[in-house]
Amino acid sequence: MSNLRDIKSRAHPLWLAYIIHRLSGLFLALFLPVHFWVLSLAITEPASLDGFLSMTQGTQFKLAEFGLVFGLAVHMFGGLRLMAMEWLPWSGRQKTWAALATAISFFIAALFLMKAI
Amino acid sequence: MKNKGLIAFVESSNRLYRDEKLNLAADLRDMTKSSLAVTIERGPVDHRMQVFDVPAYDNQTVLDVVSWVQQNADPTLSYRFACRVGMCGSCAMMVNGVPRWTCRTHISKVLDGNKVTIGPLRNLPIIKDLAVDMDPFFDKWVAAEGVHHGGLTRDDPIAAIDETSSEREEANAGIECINCSVCYAACDTVAGNSNYLGPAALQRAWTLLNDSKDEGYAAILEIVSGSGGCHNCHSMGSCTAYCPNELDPMSAIAGLKRETAKSFFKRGR
Amino acid sequence: MLSLRLYMFQRITALLMAPFVLGHLAVMIYAIQGGLDTAEILGRTQGSLLWFLFYGTFVVAVSIHGAIGLRSIAFEWGGLKGIVLEAFMWIAGLGLFALGARAVWTVTYAQGIGA
Repeated sequence: MSNLRDIKSRAHPLWLAYIIHRLSGLFLALFLPVHFWVLSLAITEPASLDGFLSMTQGTQFKLAEFGLVFGLAVHMFGGLRLMAMEWLPWSGRQKTWAALATAISFFIAALFLMKAI
Repeated sequence: MKNKGLIAFVESSNRLYRDEKLNLAADLRDMTKSSLAVTIERGPVDHRMQVFDVPAYDNQTVLDVVSWVQQNADPTLSYRFACRVGMCGSCAMMVNGVPRWTCRTHISKVLDGNKVTIGPLRNLPIIKDLAVDMDPFFDKWVAAEGVHHGGLTRDDPIAAIDETSSEREEANAGIECINCSVCYAACDTVAGNSNYLGPAALQRAWTLLNDSKDEGYAAILEIVSGSGGCHNCHSMGSCTAYCPNELDPMSAIAGLKRETAKSFFKRGR
Repeated sequence: MLSLRLYMFQRITALLMAPFVLGHLAVMIYAIQGGLDTAEILGRTQGSLLWFLFYGTFVVAVSIHGAIGLRSIAFEWGGLKGIVLEAFMWIAGLGLFALGARAVWTVTYAQGIGA
């Protein structure tokens, strides 16, 4: 697929920040309905919520949750970077800010994972 | 004594001549030995990738390579260029998937081994082979109010410009645009949104907005707030990353977002 | 395809959500220690006006923010246009709001078997 090769050749730090922001946003928007639906089980079917919650103790679930926490954090910090660039004219060090946003998000997600295990 | 000097001179000349001949032979050997495998995208009718064997030289731009193909291998190859010195903005093409001004891009900078792939600019309709129709690009330039909004007549005195004002500095930052459409081809937002005015036109809008000689402030703000305007930009920064003149359209568009956001709070719409 | 108004709604809801997200991240890291169960979640949130307002506002903001974001993706990558695009945005936003509001109500004020 030559499209994919073209995308790879045009990837640069801020483009990566853009695609991470878009994909994490899309991912969160798709995850939220599931999240809300599961929470609603607390009243309607508390037993199945507990069943679900105990199922999430598995390692695959922990890793998936790591992804979710990272997605949420990176979407927020990436978004804050974007708004700082747009509304406060902080345009000089966008790559540093983008890298910092990713690093902090990774740290938060790692903290979550360590607490979860 | 005299004779000796003459003999020495003749000997050294002979040596020079011989060295020169050796060098020439080496050059010729190099030339025949090293050649480039140049893949050129042909189209749009009978769309195909065609590989040409092009001799390599020490000093050779991407445009030189394309010209060699057209002059020596296939006279039907269509491409566009004019000034060859990075001023006219007519020779931009996709080189290994990246938009570049081909006349100022040395082939050694883009070679992958001895291979290179050259295609027409992205995001614009292809006329033939490497020549694209730049009309949408220029139409959007005008649509983004990229025209002079004058308020004075020839009888008015020439207005003084404060070169040190921050507005003038913002305006100056974008005026070296050569309309090559590299940013327009680099932008993924343009690719997914054919209404989007694009980085070059919006940067021009920002330049004029800050130009004290231009009185189109309200008209510019109106158009860049519309459906094809600056708010479509996702700040991926490909325009700034690939601009051959090292301009920064992304920050110019951010300036427009700031200005329109201010007007949103002021006018409450 | 974003106009100034949608852009402003998206940025304002984003700014509003930044502290909520930080709070939510902190609660998550705190709450998951030693596992998670229904009683623990309800024990924290049930009958609490503060949690109701926290998550209630969060849900309103995320519905607007998410709907506008999905609209951009649907337009640029999915090719949706015109009335279909508008409908998609509204359905996404109202859908997120309905599900989110139901979840917030459940864990704060709803009376059920688990209460």
